[in-house]
Amino acid sequence: MAARGPGRVSVLLPTYNERDNLPLVVWLLARTFSDSGIDFEIIIVDDGSPDGTQEVAQQLEKIYGSDKIVRQLFLCPSGTAYIHGMKYATGNFIVIMDADLSHHVRLLFLIKPIVYRKQQEGNFDIVSGTRYKGNGGVYGWDLKRKLISRGANFLTQVLLRPGASDLTGSFRLYRKEVLQKLMEKCVSKGYVFQMEMIVRARQLGFTVGEVPISFVDRVYGESKLGGNEIVSFLKGLLTLFATT
Amino acid sequence: RARRGALRLSRLPSVPCSSHGCPALRLSPQAAMTKLAQWLCGLALLGSAWAALALAPPGLQPPAPLRQALLPLPVYLLVAFGCYSLATVGYRLATFNDCEEAAAELQEHIRAARADLRRRGLRL
Repeated sequence: MAARGPGRVSVLLPTYNERDNLPLVVWLLARTFSDSGIDFEIIIVDDGSPDGTQEVAQQLEKIYGSDKIVRQLFLCPSGTAYIHGMKYATGNFIVIMDADLSHHVRLLFLIKPIVYRKQQEGNFDIVSGTRYKGNGGVYGWDLKRKLISRGANFLTQVLLRPGASDLTGSFRLYRKEVLQKLMEKCVSKGYVFQMEMIVRARQLGFTVGEVPISFVDRVYGESKLGGNEIVSFLKGLLTLFATT
Repeated sequence: RARRGALRLSRLPSVPCSSHGCPALRLSPQAAMTKLAQWLCGLALLGSAWAALALAPPGLQPPAPLRQALLPLPVYLLVAFGCYSLATVGYRLATFNDCEEAAAELQEHIRAARADLRRRGLRL
C-alpha cells in the first residue's frame, strides 16, 4: 500500500486479552493524535484472545472508522505480530507500544508530539521511550521490581553497550523503512526482540533518540515479572551478547 | 509543550544523510565482531600482558615492587568492578522516579475515556 501523506503515523498494537484496556488505549491515542493534528491509524493485531477483545475492536472500528482502525487476527508467537501488522501500515512512521495502558497517557499526550517532532527535529531514525533518564520513571513498582529492572539494565549496558538507556521498554517510534529493515535482521521473540532491534539499529548506523516516559503499571490485568521472565531475559541477553 | 527532559543521544560518527529519509547504512567497526568476541579479545590481550609481566621467568622480571602490585591486579580489578556495579545500581535504584502525577492523570483520563466511549456507543 502506498504511504499516505508526509506524516502519517501507524500505531501497531498487538493484543492478547485486552478487552478492558483496548478501548481506553485507542481513545487516548485518537485524542492525542487529533489534538496534535497528526494523521494516524491504529492497527490492532490480536492473537486470538478468548475474552472478546476482537468484538471490542470491531466496535471501535465502527466508532472511529475503518480508515483509523485496522483489525487483524494473527495467531502466532509474540514478536511476530509486528511483522504481520506492518504489512497493513500505510503511514511513514510506526509506533510500537503495549496495549495495556502501561505506557502512560499523560506522557502519551506530551510525548507523541515530542516524539514525532523530535523525530522530525533530529531526523532520528528511531525514537525510544526511556524510563531511566530525565523525568522518565515508573509508578506502582515495589523495590524488588525496581531493583531487578535496574540490575538487568546495568547488565545489559555492560554487555551490549547499546547506546540507549532503556532497551526493554517497548514504546518506540520508527521510520517505516527502518523498521522494515530491522525486522528482516532480527530473529528473537518477545521483549528480547525489542532489545535486538536497538542493538542492530546501532550496528546498521541508524540514529536513535530518546525521550523520557512514565511507565504506569497495568491498570487491568496481570503484570508479568516472575522467575521465568528473568530466566528468559538472561538467555536472550546472552544470546545477543554472543551473536551481535 | 515541555521540552524539558527530552534527551539527545550522541550519534554514531556516521556519514551525514544527504537525502531525506535515507538512513546512513555504513557498517560501524563494531558490527564486524560480536560483543563476546570483543570481550574475549580484550581479555586475551590484557591477560597475556599481565601474564608476561607477572609470571615472567627470573631474569626477565620487572622490579619487585611492580611485580607485587601486578600479581593481585586482576583480583583488585574484579573487586573494584564489583563495587562500582553495586554503587551504580544502588544509585540508580535510589533515583528511580516515581510518577505519581502521571498515575493520577491516567485515572482521570480513563474516566473521561469511558464516559466518552459510552456516549459514542461502545458497550463495555
